[in-house]
Order: sequence, then structure tokens, then C-alpha cells
Amino acid sequence: MSTVRVLVGTRKGAFVVTSDEGRRRWDVTGPHFGGWEIYHLKGSPADPDRLYASQSSGWFGQVIQRSSDGGRTWETVGNKFVYEGEVGTHLWYDGTPRPWEFKRVWHLEPSLTDPDTILAGVEDAALFRSTDGGQTWQELPGLRRHESGRYWQPGAGGMCLHTILLDPSHPGRIFIAISAAGVFRSDDDGQTWRPMNRGLKSPYELPDPDAAVGHCVHRIAMHRSRPGILFMQKHWDVMRSDDAAESWQEVSGNLPTDFGFPIDVHAREPETIYVVPIKSDSEHYPPDGQLRVYRSRTGGQEWEPLTKGLPQRHCYVNVLRDAMAVDALDPCGVYFGTTGGQLYVSADAGDSWAPIVEHLPAVVSVEVQTLP
Amino acid sequence: MIRVVLPAHLRTLARVDGEAKVQVEGPVTQRAVLDALEARYPMLRGTIRDQVTQRRRAFVRFFACQEDLSNEPPDTPLPDPVATGAEPFLVVGAMAGG
Repeated sequence: MSTVRVLVGTRKGAFVVTSDEGRRRWDVTGPHFGGWEIYHLKGSPADPDRLYASQSSGWFGQVIQRSSDGGRTWETVGNKFVYEGEVGTHLWYDGTPRPWEFKRVWHLEPSLTDPDTILAGVEDAALFRSTDGGQTWQELPGLRRHESGRYWQPGAGGMCLHTILLDPSHPGRIFIAISAAGVFRSDDDGQTWRPMNRGLKSPYELPDPDAAVGHCVHRIAMHRSRPGILFMQKHWDVMRSDDAAESWQEVSGNLPTDFGFPIDVHAREPETIYVVPIKSDSEHYPPDGQLRVYRSRTGGQEWEPLTKGLPQRHCYVNVLRDAMAVDALDPCGVYFGTTGGQLYVSADAGDSWAPIVEHLPAVVSVEVQTLP
Repeated sequence: MIRVVLPAHLRTLARVDGEAKVQVEGPVTQRAVLDALEARYPMLRGTIRDQVTQRRRAFVRFFACQEDLSNEPPDTPLPDPVATGAEPFLVVGAMAGG
């Protein structure tokens, strides 16, 4: 019988939540690293008991934790993230140049094949790699040194590299997303990068709505079976690319609002996608106080609200960009965490929902492992 | 031995119960104490001072003998009671919140 392990990062610690494939009874352990912000935890696809966690604090900075037993025990590994060579400047909120300064790790993406190799997306936006299980980190400086880098500006949450997608069918192809620079792709294992934002329009955020860089991309997602098809939740607009991010088309369709943070793809149906519409960029909560996940079974455009088991009155939580994930079971499980500390599961692909736990600290990230 | 009192989060991180104790060869300065502390507890590297610039993190303070030594040059000798172990060197997380 399969088991499911949910890795939850919160503002005040990490939680590891497990169940059998029924997904009705859950065992919750934690908080691990209590009192610290845990931006992200993720397991290695090559060795599911190898986990990595990004632990940080405004007082004490960045720590990286590693587990080799599925989260029962942890050890600190390297936390020295130093930009390679000349640091250079990007633009600050007021448009003045500002030197790159490391603040924290937003996202950890283990290699598909090697448990000791892992990428880290950081703020101020850059990509680092470790090939020794997190003991040492080296920047892949081609991204930060891209000719557009000096014009990148932070989004409201900081200038963060928050999404890393590894293409399983093209070794060396990496997609990343930066708020607020946009999507970039490397086809040579992170050495060189191209901005991939054609088709994005940001009339309320940029003087040139079609600019090559500068878009506030909140999250991108892919299905492993079709890595050339990508889905995006932008600041405003839900987008889709059918050509490995060469171009994007809007698929917001009948969503009540196309602002939001997470987006994810059903594990078995690559045209089934999920978003959580949020009222606006200045009101980060669901429209009408109703927490609704929207599902499209057509790869966008046509969306249906999923409300069964979710609060439909007086709900004013947010769901952050890394706080939604799916398992690989049949039917597919969908999970998300809220800034109100609720962790929800749907064991039937979104038709109905139930809280796993309701009073965690604000949830920052959710990842799911399906274990044999 | 130099006695070092760490804030709760760093005691947990370093798996230290109570005070940390470190041996310092030569003059007992802020830099020498932190070097010895990080050598004994490598997981503390980067949490008290920047790993490259060696500058104190903005929200960390250093107290000893009822004085705030946070802005003293790192190579200034610490007070004798710290050097003799009569008084601890305190690493403090700045007060924040309401």
C-alpha cells in the first residue's frame, strides 16, 4: 500500500504529515525548527527519504537542513551562498541601482537523478547548485549576469527566484521564474539563459506591457509527461505555453479573478490544472469570502469552482505560490495550505476537500511525496 | 574557558544545553571568541555574523558585564571577567515585536 508524505513549510516551523493511500487519517509531526521561517522543503525524486529544508530568520539568517530518513532526524549542512565574482546591481523599488544581496532561499529543487545534487532559488534572485548534498553551494552566475539583470526589480515580496522546473525529457533544460523579472530558460544546465516571456502582458505593472523582462510571474507548473507544456499564474492572468515557454497565451477564461499565486497540474491528467483565485493585488484574499479552488479539465479557459468542504463564508486567507501540490495516487490528491494555517486535502482530484490540520502557523509551502 | 550565552534559537541549532564553552588561544577578543565558537559549532556559521564580511548580523547584539559591546571593533580585548570565565559573553537577538 502506498503512503503519502506531505512536507509543510510555515512561518514558524516545518511539519511532516503522513497518511496511507486512503488519505483520511493523518499523522502530524512537528514543528521541526520551531520559530524559524521554513520557506520550502522538498524530497529527492531519486531517494525520497533524502529531504532538504530552507530554514531562515530575520535575526539569524539562512540555514539549510537535510534529512536522510524522511524527516525523522535532520542535520545542518552548508549555508554559505556567495554570489560569484562581480556582484553588480539591479533596480530597487524606487528605480535606483542596488547591489545584489543574499537574503534567503525560497525554493529547493533536488535533481531528478542524484540525491546529492540540488538547486536553490534565492532572494536576491539567483540560482545556486550543490553537488555534495548541500554542504557547499556554487552560483550558476549566467542567470544573474544576463544582460537584463541590471533592470530587474523586486516584487512586493522581494526579488525572489521562486520556481525551478527540471525538464525530464531534455537533460540540462531548466525553467525558472523570478518575481518580478519573469521566466527564463536554460538549455545547457544553467550556464546560459534566455528570457521566455513573449505573450505576457502587464499593463498595470510595466510601462511597456509587452516587455521582454519585468513581469511578475507568481508560479509556473508542468506535467512530467509533457514538459513542453507549461502553465503560469502571473500577478494577473493565468497563462499557458505549448512550446516550452517560447510563447504564452492567456487561458484565464471564466475565472472570477485571474489574480492568484499557486498553479498546479493533476498527476494523471496533464490538461487538468488548479488555481486559487484571489480578489486582487491589493486584497490578498478570496473573492466574496469564499475559498474556492478552480479546476480546468481543458488546460485552461473553462474553469469550474470546487467548494465542497471549503469555507464559503467569512474566509479571508491567502494561498501562497509554493503552497499547493498533488500526489501521484489514483484518484489524484490535491493539497494546499493557507496563510490562516489550514492544510487542506482533496483525495478525489478536487471534488471534495477536508482539512488535515487547521491551526498551523501561516503556510508558506506544501510538497507531497507518494511513497511505495 | 570562555562562557558564551546563546539565544534560544541558536542553542537549539547548535544542540547546546545551557552555556557554550570555548577555548581561546591568545587575546580574548570578540573575533577570537566567535572564531572559536564557530569552529566548535559549525552550524552557527553565518547566523551571528556574515560568513564573508564577518560583520555582525543587524539584529544580533553582544553584551558582557552589563555593557553593550555590539559596536566595539572585533579585535578589541573583551573585559577581563569574560576572559577569565567569571562572566559570560552574551549573544542576544535584538528585541522585536510588541
